[in-house]
Amino acid sequence: MAYEVGGQTIEADEEGYILNINEWNKDLAAIVAKEEGVEMTDEHWEVVNFLREYYDEYQIAPAIRVLVKALKKTMGPDKGNNKYLYELFPYGPAKQACKIAGLPKPTGCV
Amino acid sequence: MAFEFDTEGVKKTFTFLNRKAPYGTIYALEVLETVLITAAFEQHANIVFIDDGVYQIKKGQDTKAVNMKNFLPTYGIIEMEKDDADEDEDIDMVWRIIVEKESMEARGLTEDDFKVGVEVLSSAELAEVLDQSDVVIGG
Repeated sequence: MAYEVGGQTIEADEEGYILNINEWNKDLAAIVAKEEGVEMTDEHWEVVNFLREYYDEYQIAPAIRVLVKALKKTMGPDKGNNKYLYELFPYGPAKQACKIAGLPKPTGCV
Repeated sequence: MAFEFDTEGVKKTFTFLNRKAPYGTIYALEVLETVLITAAFEQHANIVFIDDGVYQIKKGQDTKAVNMKNFLPTYGIIEMEKDDADEDEDIDMVWRIIVEKESMEARGLTEDDFKVGVEVLSSAELAEVLDQSDVVIGG
């Protein structure tokens, strides 16, 4: 499959994960989010931006534990927990947030 | 038949022996992934680089010619997890990143050549680390 963003075609796999992480932009993220039924708020962007920065530094997606801890630091203890992450991304923070962030599909338990 | 594991509160010291060059086989990447899982279960770990394994954390790798993803940056997570565990009192996890001195010197490398901060131990000192480990995983 592919996404059309501002006249540009961005290729993705059959599940909707984009193939080239460098083609990601905020408009694309908004489109992917809409297809996932996620309405992006500042908190959603906080997660997406963290995922992108982490991937940029370490070349893999973070473990959920690491993501939760980072959110606890930036957004406070009431938001740095698994439950809150599932409220933001009901079909799984790893799966949905990574797709919106333009990261490859997470393997295993991350 | 259901399996039941009583793992609550179990804490062991795992030693990972990285002995092979980073590319050409899958060992390095597989061990790295196993190390990261060790963090998820808050276990103690010694991550050891020995023989050609010392090349796994050597700076300045370029994997274009072998058409493989350069996973050198991913080793940064080991250092991040170690520092995190050292600083956070709530985390009961001791990690050591170790390079065997003889292997390092035989390849003309120094501590500055590595992507992550390491402890350099002699072969004899490393033997003690192995002796004190509950589980040793080679790769």
